[in-house]
Amino acid sequence: MNASVSLTSREEIEVHRFSWPASIGIPLIAVFLQVYLRIGLLTVLDLPLLVTIFFAVARRRPVPGLITGAIIGTLQDAWTGHPIGLFGIAKTIVGYLGSSLGVKLDVDNPGSRFLMTFAFVLIHRFIYMAINLLLVGGSESWNWAHTMISALANGLAAVVLFLFLDKLKQRN
Amino acid sequence: MENFFARYKNPLVLMAVLFIQVVALATQVKRQEDGKGAGGGTRLIRVWTVTAFTPVEKMFVSTGRFFRDSWHNYVDLRNVRKQNRELQDQISRLQMEQARDKQDADQAKRLQVLLDFKEKFVAKTVAAQVIATSGTEQSRVMTIDKGSNYHIKPDMAVITPDGIVGKVKEVFPLSSQVLLINDRDSGAGVILESTRLQGIVKGTSTGELQVTDVMSDEKVEAGEHVITSGGDRIFPKGLSVGTVISASPDRDNDPFLNIRIKPAADLSRLEEVLIVTIMTEAAPSTGTTSLRAADILSERLPSIPKQDPNAPKTPGAAATATPGAGSNQPGSSRPKTPAGTTPDQKKEGSGATAAVKTPPTGNATTNPSAPAAKPLAGPSANGTTSDAKPAGATAAPGANGTMPSSPATTARQPVNAGQPVSGGTNTSTASATPTPKPKATPAKPKVPAGTAGSSGTPDSNRQPAKLPAPTPTATPENPPR
Repeated sequence: MNASVSLTSREEIEVHRFSWPASIGIPLIAVFLQVYLRIGLLTVLDLPLLVTIFFAVARRRPVPGLITGAIIGTLQDAWTGHPIGLFGIAKTIVGYLGSSLGVKLDVDNPGSRFLMTFAFVLIHRFIYMAINLLLVGGSESWNWAHTMISALANGLAAVVLFLFLDKLKQRN
Repeated sequence: MENFFARYKNPLVLMAVLFIQVVALATQVKRQEDGKGAGGGTRLIRVWTVTAFTPVEKMFVSTGRFFRDSWHNYVDLRNVRKQNRELQDQISRLQMEQARDKQDADQAKRLQVLLDFKEKFVAKTVAAQVIATSGTEQSRVMTIDKGSNYHIKPDMAVITPDGIVGKVKEVFPLSSQVLLINDRDSGAGVILESTRLQGIVKGTSTGELQVTDVMSDEKVEAGEHVITSGGDRIFPKGLSVGTVISASPDRDNDPFLNIRIKPAADLSRLEEVLIVTIMTEAAPSTGTTSLRAADILSERLPSIPKQDPNAPKTPGAAATATPGAGSNQPGSSRPKTPAGTTPDQKKEGSGATAAVKTPPTGNATTNPSAPAAKPLAGPSANGTTSDAKPAGATAAPGANGTMPSSPATTARQPVNAGQPVSGGTNTSTASATPTPKPKATPAKPKVPAGTAGSSGTPDSNRQPAKLPAPTPTATPENPPR
């Protein structure tokens, strides 16, 4: 797969804005669907993570990106039995990295979106495992197969999902 | 300093957010290790989050359940409708099967009755199914499913366990037409069972049965049973024909009675019938049981030619078989010849008729095959043996005080010993002819009174020249059909 990831000048980068309903509703729906649709192959998808990445790279501002990641992660943590903060920390970092990457790269290309999402899923998983092992003291082991499948599935899902979420962008 | 924060704002904000989360996480982990559970802040986050999402989730869940249940109900309803149709089809199919089984069971019962009757009946019969009728009132003909392939021939008797049905009229390879007895062209020789009056039963244009050729001075009462006489050479003797409904003088045929008969067989609802193909084959004759009274007496009467040279001589059997007839002569081996009795006395049941109705016990014991020969037992030409009922084997031999004879011969010929006596009765002569005229041709006894009176003696050397010759229809050379 030849993904065209090109460097762009800061002047060419478009900063997208979203309406408040979209900014609030989309993460809530993502979290809701994540905790509601626990069936079949959807369990490998991390919809809150995809929404975090999308808003981060679309806004291209690190602070709103990391805050969006922190809120979505914290909401997602609320539905888990884990201590709140595992997904929050991981998605905060992902939001920050995504918004930072969106400033430097063209992330509107489907290929770049796939590679970006694939990489962020691995990073999100790594951070989650690191916090879980180092801070919480969990015993969850790293499963490469599951992690790669999850990254692949989320990358493909991001290509499709971002096409629909692009319609919510408000250009400056 | 201000430039520092402006330049590193983003990393600083990130570090601040991460620091807060790490501290919160560490607090939660420490409280869990202390066994105090989650802190108030983190718990509040969970409560708010879950509380905020729960109504939405409930709404989605209930909505999804509604659609899911609706779909399932729809699918179930479709299945129920389909199942209902299948069950209704199954019910209809089972009802049809039940009706068919009931018909089969009814048919089996009828066939069982038919089989029982056939087993009791001496003649060889073929069972047949009624497959069609004429469909008109003018012709009372039905079609059966047996034809020449089953050796069916015209003029064979068609009967049922209830009574006679008719005779075969036309024979085809696979079917036959049967002329019912209530057809105008039909006819059969009959006997009124109690009075022993003989006549001819015919059909009328209205499909009723009518007995003709019975003199108007005879007393016939309603309810009297009518049986076949066997004289028509079609129907075996003793089969039920019907019962008398009414008897009145026939205006068209003045000296005779018009006797209406209710047929014993339901001619309008026939389904299975028997065709009498051979009337004489079924009579068992083995050993001494084949002895006829005529043979026994013929041995005692040298001048009379033997009817059956191969018949073994069992005078002892004859001696034991005649206690009833010769009861006034102990030790007599011959039947009592009721000398001096007039034909009228015999018709009234006196004289020889009284002797006839006294079945000899010895006969019953010496001839175990007698019941099998009952339908055709007893010579029709003999006034005494005409009392033989088809249901009682002992009645036939008892008529003469002799052993029962094979239907092959007794059905059409009289017992020699009894012939001089029976010749004096009107009924005996009438029954010996296919179209009997009981009163028109009375057979007068030709035996002199002195000779007849001597028959009561045990003398076995009587002069045969004094005995009357058998009637032509009663000779063994004239077998039935």
